[in-house]
Amino acid sequence: MSTRSVEQTAAAEAGTRELSLGQAVNEALAEELRRDPTVFVLGEDVAEAGTPFKVMSGLVEEFGPERVIDSPISEAGITGIGLGAAMTGMRPVVDIMFGDFMTLVMDQLANQAAKVHYMSGGRLRAPLTVRTTLGATRRSAAQHSQSLHAWPAHVPGLKVALPATPYDAKGLLKSAIRDDNPVVVFEDKMMFARKGPVPEGEYTLPLGVADVKREGDDLTIVATSSMVYVALEAAELLAAEGVAVEVVDPRTLAPLDRDALVASAAKTGRAIVVDEGHESYGASAEIAAVIAHGAFWELEAPVTRLAAMDVPVPFSPVLEDLTVPTPERLVETAKTLLGKR
Amino acid sequence: MTVETDTGTVEVGAELGLRMYEQMRRIRTFEQHVDDLYRSRRMPGLAHLYVGEEAVAVGVCEALRTDDYITSTHRGHGHCLAKGASVERMFCELLGKEAGYCRGKGGSMHIADHEHGNLGANAIVGGSAGIATGAAFSARARGTDQVAVCFFGEGALGQGVLYEVMNMAALWTLPVVYVCENNLYNEYTHVSETTAGEIAARPRAFGIPVVEVDGQDVRAVHRETAAAVGRARAGGGPTFVLAATYRFHGHHVGDVDRGYYRAKDEEELWKAERDPITLHARWLAERGLAGAGELEQIDAAIDEEVAQSVARALEAPFPAPSEVTEDVFA
Repeated sequence: MSTRSVEQTAAAEAGTRELSLGQAVNEALAEELRRDPTVFVLGEDVAEAGTPFKVMSGLVEEFGPERVIDSPISEAGITGIGLGAAMTGMRPVVDIMFGDFMTLVMDQLANQAAKVHYMSGGRLRAPLTVRTTLGATRRSAAQHSQSLHAWPAHVPGLKVALPATPYDAKGLLKSAIRDDNPVVVFEDKMMFARKGPVPEGEYTLPLGVADVKREGDDLTIVATSSMVYVALEAAELLAAEGVAVEVVDPRTLAPLDRDALVASAAKTGRAIVVDEGHESYGASAEIAAVIAHGAFWELEAPVTRLAAMDVPVPFSPVLEDLTVPTPERLVETAKTLLGKR
Repeated sequence: MTVETDTGTVEVGAELGLRMYEQMRRIRTFEQHVDDLYRSRRMPGLAHLYVGEEAVAVGVCEALRTDDYITSTHRGHGHCLAKGASVERMFCELLGKEAGYCRGKGGSMHIADHEHGNLGANAIVGGSAGIATGAAFSARARGTDQVAVCFFGEGALGQGVLYEVMNMAALWTLPVVYVCENNLYNEYTHVSETTAGEIAARPRAFGIPVVEVDGQDVRAVHRETAAAVGRARAGGGPTFVLAATYRFHGHHVGDVDRGYYRAKDEEELWKAERDPITLHARWLAERGLAGAGELEQIDAAIDEEVAQSVARALEAPFPAPSEVTEDVFA
């Protein structure tokens, strides 16, 4: 895989450390703030607090309160201000603390940022990055647990990144900041402490290139964000039963690396899509449609989906845990698809 | 040119006075052609005419430099022209032609003119408040002394995002001027039915100075805006200019039968006594700043310019079908 070789080359040249996803994000922001004076961070509690997830700790100390800016609790306002700054020569990173608050910024993103370039006949640009979160199981209930990444992905003009590993989080965020379009980066809030290898040196990852997280010939699991870990665990369990699973991470929903998804499904003949957004009209539906169409003649079974239940995320742990995909449920789904049960 | 008097106020001289007349007259004539094109079914879609409000756009934009920013509204033709846009390229855009400002992809409600600092008209009421405030943030962050002007109608006073960004503009002393064009009607509903309390009290609550001005008096608008822009440029922060004005036509070109929300007498009174172009022409004549026949010459030149621009725009080619997928991403 070409992306693998990028990873390996970068690691070989510069040496690799283990960083948490939060540290990788912090490094990406620090590096971009250092290299480009037009980059700034705007959001609630991003400065001294370093965000509630402590992802930005230390940034205000290095770059000052003019570039790491604590804002009022005004998600629409800061996104609009970020957009206006982006249209006039800056590269803002607007921090939206919880992905659920995407509801508050959707006019600024969907009606304004997404359309500026097209509506102006290509004359205006909006190099705006919005960082936000997704993911349930933090016992935070229905307004702090949603995975709304399919919403911006539905709007032409917006790019959407869903990093799963520290390596991907750093490389994709740096690319998002340098991109001349509005990009929404969703990080699973349950993954900030999860560690992984990150090379010492400078690197970016292109938006729109999927990554094969595990190779296999029997079954493709397309997994987004933290569902990559669910898929990798399921792959381990299935390997014990002799099933070789290929885990493909699209890494960005828009642009979507359709060719990589179709190629894997065509190779294995079976595909499951696992995503933490709600199942109906979600990212899993789009990915399944792409595979069903592109790999139709090679598929030996219908493309199957595993996503969040179509209910608001409940508070009680016993209920919440029922709503999201788990390795065990993914294994069951895989066995059904493989005719093993 | 403006002339500084010894009391520090700005007097309008012959050059600026005539230029403001010409710009208002250009907007008026432009809009009359838009109305004609719509009624004769030669223009697709709808348009929201600026007739009656010309003194606000012209008075404000004459106080700005080319590199200052504006954001505009669905009723944006006047702002666009006042900031320096070409009549012909605007008509091309209104007619969906390739040579338009947005290559035919924006239309009446989305004209942006980057070369003149116009960051775009906006079809979401209050939708550009963030953009204008962000442009002001950017101007300061980049170390320029540019100023951003946010035009909006009194209907935008109902939108929360306006208050979010005014709060930040005041907190961070941003170089932005909020220009509220109070034409009395939120679409088809009188402002008194939609707006509680005193409008000026709202920006004042953020510590933003408010200037209330007669929006039919181009010199007053210019004077107050010049002061606000000067203060913003010097690091003094935002100002809220509240301009009392009136929309001579309906909400849009198709809003013809409007007796149910606005009395004919009221319209006739504004047209007869409060027309900004008539008022300014009278002032120029009284001051002896316009020579005999000078305004008529300006009128004739504008009539000719606009008519020819319309004719050329009607003949101009449409975009190629292949353009539909261009510029979705930069």
